[in-house]
Amino acid sequence: MNNPQLDTDGQLRHLLSIEGLPKKILNQILDTAESFVGVAEREVKKVPLLRGKTVCNLFFENSTRTRTTFEIAAKRLSADVISLNVSTSSQSKGETILDTVDNLIAMHADMFVVRHAQSGAAHLIAKHVPPHIHVINAGDGRHSHPTQGLLDVFTIRKYKPELHNLRVAIVGDVLHSRVARSEIHALTTLGVPEVRVIAPKTLLPTQVEKLGVHVFHDMNEGLKDVDVIMMLRLQSERMNGAMLPSSEEYFKTYGLTQERLALAKSDAIVMHPGPMNRGVEIDSTVADGKQSVILPQVTYGIAIRMAVMAILGGGAGATL
Amino acid sequence: MTDANNTLDNSQLPDAEQLLHILATKLKSLLKPNTALVGIHSGGVWIMQRLLVLLEDVIQLHQIEHGTLDVSFYRDDYAQRGLKAENRPSQIPFDVENKHIILIDDVFYTGRTTRAAMNELFDYGRPASITLIALINRGGRELPIAPQIVAADLPLNTSQRLQLTQSADGSLALDLTPQHNSARP
Repeated sequence: MNNPQLDTDGQLRHLLSIEGLPKKILNQILDTAESFVGVAEREVKKVPLLRGKTVCNLFFENSTRTRTTFEIAAKRLSADVISLNVSTSSQSKGETILDTVDNLIAMHADMFVVRHAQSGAAHLIAKHVPPHIHVINAGDGRHSHPTQGLLDVFTIRKYKPELHNLRVAIVGDVLHSRVARSEIHALTTLGVPEVRVIAPKTLLPTQVEKLGVHVFHDMNEGLKDVDVIMMLRLQSERMNGAMLPSSEEYFKTYGLTQERLALAKSDAIVMHPGPMNRGVEIDSTVADGKQSVILPQVTYGIAIRMAVMAILGGGAGATL
Repeated sequence: MTDANNTLDNSQLPDAEQLLHILATKLKSLLKPNTALVGIHSGGVWIMQRLLVLLEDVIQLHQIEHGTLDVSFYRDDYAQRGLKAENRPSQIPFDVENKHIILIDDVFYTGRTTRAAMNELFDYGRPASITLIALINRGGRELPIAPQIVAADLPLNTSQRLQLTQSADGSLALDLTPQHNSARP
């Protein structure tokens, strides 16, 4: 089968989704990221790998954190970075996505980081660009957010290296979450034996079990003895109509409080991809508590994005 | 390029363990206060680990620190070959600023690895000096860089690749294989 993410030698060419990536590639990204963690702690927080290359952040949808971490990652690899907030630029004048891309290629862009509200936008661009140009999906619709999935697994591996012995719970708005999908694919590919999703029926995609997860509607039951709790943001802006009674009601049934956290293993870690809604899906005392690894997730996100760009940017494919 | 037309086989190679002891003897006089050892992955790190034991007394006396470098992010063939699948984090757990650094490699060849290692070191700080030591100088340098101390000179043909190997008990050996791609840093 033709996988647009891999070249004929099975090397990574674009990063579009975790689905379809072999374990070997996921481990290569995670191991490389390990080497980049230390770069941020040095006197000079830069390596010369992407010197002379131009990375283009194409954000058709806002995301300050993701855009900033991609930008920092590219700069720490010595690339030149352009960040375009396309929603406020040419697209509003009627230019198509591919025309925007072609114009940037004419300006000698080497790599695109793409965020779009439509699923498949990064795939579309990847199919369109010539072979020496690489595309990274930074979130497309409800579909995929591979670097977030990777940084979450990387964070888990940092705190709980024995992935083969873990019980992981993903809690909340799975229906609207591309992050949850990427996490589930990454965790199962890397051999985590038990992934649970905890959510009301209205916030779960139909046939979610097919992804290989155990479904819980009762949070107290679902959190029992888990090693990792991954909270998701309640994406109220993507909800039309009455999927939920109110955010107060949601917090009562699915909010992570100290009492609920105590149901998990005593050394369980708490994660959140951000931005957090304090008091909606997570209590402040938990978010700021000692089991929380929410800020390390942000730090590791830079190392993961550096690893992905460094792997894509090298080799014959990168030479013009 | 190299003037060596030497094609050897494995039986003609010197014993790596003997070379290690020669290197340790030569290195001893360089170890002073404010010196630090830095091994280059993989062979240079193996050699350093052995030297730390062989020269334990003087290393403790002068409180000599040590670290490791993986130069993958600084190699000059990244654009052609990409990033190696296996790379390890560099670990320099001391302040490089004003230190006398002893850089340790296994086989000195083109000098490109040394250049990459020096560039990386300077991103940690400005050392007072850098001295390069290697187990073997096989000839063929392509840059104005040479090791100050080697245990042996062994000019080799470019068609041969010389590698250091480490067995489970930590002992070192040399291994010759045919070289598929001509230049290797």
